[in-house]
Amino acid sequence: MTEHVHTSPEDEHESAYSGLLVNDAHWAFGTDFEDPLAGVDTTIPEGIDAPTLAAYALMLGDDSLVMSHRIAEWTSNAPELEDDIALSNIALDLLGQARLLLARAAKADESIVPALPDGSPAPPEDALAFFREAHEFRNVRLAEVVNGDFAEATVRVLLFSVWRLAVWEQLRTSRDHVLAAVAAKGVKELAYHRDYAARWFVTLAQGTDESRSRLLAALDALWPLWPELFDTHPVEAAAAGSGVGVDPATVRESAEAVLDQVLAAADVPRPEVARRAGVLGRTGRDGMHGEPLSRMLAEMQSVARAHPKGLW
Amino acid sequence: MTPTRATRAPRSPRRQAARARAVASAVTDPELPMLTLADLGVLRGVDVVGDSHVVVEITPTYSGCPAMAAMRDDLVRELTGAGFDRVEVRVSLDPAWTTDWITPDGRAALAAAGISPPGPAPSSTGPIPLTLLPTARQVRCPQCDSPATELVSEFGSTACKAQYRCSCCLEPFDHVKEI
Repeated sequence: MTEHVHTSPEDEHESAYSGLLVNDAHWAFGTDFEDPLAGVDTTIPEGIDAPTLAAYALMLGDDSLVMSHRIAEWTSNAPELEDDIALSNIALDLLGQARLLLARAAKADESIVPALPDGSPAPPEDALAFFREAHEFRNVRLAEVVNGDFAEATVRVLLFSVWRLAVWEQLRTSRDHVLAAVAAKGVKELAYHRDYAARWFVTLAQGTDESRSRLLAALDALWPLWPELFDTHPVEAAAAGSGVGVDPATVRESAEAVLDQVLAAADVPRPEVARRAGVLGRTGRDGMHGEPLSRMLAEMQSVARAHPKGLW
Repeated sequence: MTPTRATRAPRSPRRQAARARAVASAVTDPELPMLTLADLGVLRGVDVVGDSHVVVEITPTYSGCPAMAAMRDDLVRELTGAGFDRVEVRVSLDPAWTTDWITPDGRAALAAAGISPPGPAPSSTGPIPLTLLPTARQVRCPQCDSPATELVSEFGSTACKAQYRCSCCLEPFDHVKEI
């Protein structure tokens, strides 16, 4: 019943794509090639509330997925080939983290996974990525804003990875085996992302008048979303209380200290810009997002939604 | 009871396990075909349960490593081809893969293929220090063995590599970065 890409044997020599189909286990929507957590101990530790664990993993997974997509939009658009590759590498790391985290969320509480038509080959993490509405996403708003220039990408990756690395350093001791393992792996990757962005931050700040003014403009534009990263959502408080998650408020001091090191090296003062308010106090973690996320999802999800039984 | 069909003599469990290990160890990495999965340190365990059921454990190099599926397929194909009826490939996330697991043979194979092998991995426990200067590494050119090399980018053609250039022979080359 699944739609499938087929080439007849006589066409194979003609098609540049036929080689790609020899091994049908490529990582793409609908291929259902493997459970990313196959063989991983996904039992819920004693005393842990499964829906809380799932909601918490979903937040971290949505941060990764949305940020990954924005960074991936840089592919073929970066100022130099090396940075094009670097940004693609960063997006790929985040996508890998998203896949594990969304799979973990689905394993902990199947009821959060959107129902798909019978016969859909989409694994749970794909169902979560492609079949939820914007208001169901729990990512911080920093991840979703529309891309600007390269200075903006630098500042965004810096703020995101400084914060996330501070959280994940603590998450390595999560009582949930899966989150602990994802974090232990992730800190190695995030350290590269943070150093990459921090070095470019200093380079642009100390470069030309043009590069410095663009960097300062990008910092002013994104700074209002920095405090939101350290707000404690009730899910994060509950996850932290039971030892599976981290209350982001507790890492604010260490994250600010790292950021101050970068600002000092770049000779850039802390911006004096107020935080962006939520809507009736609700922000990204509550599912309150800006229009850019809806537009991003419309593009990202369109093919999967048009072909929920598709296989390619 | 008379057997209704010819049955082969049962092999010794130890020999079966050694055979499965040998087959799995010879499977090569899809992106670095000069390395076996054993050389790369991705192959964490090979066990035979019963007579012909193999359980293989692999650890991903990077969270987003797209080669994991190809590795799994290759392991299943090779082990099935070697006569094992059931092959199960499990993912082991903990402990996380580190370049320190690349074997001496693996390092020699990388260098022979023009890829600079990784140095010792940094500690990933405790707070991770910010490094604002390019990572200082003693990287020698895999082409001309010159120690005069410069970093082009910490991010290379795949997530696991950094880009370098030799200042002596001017050839660019990949370096497997330490994680």
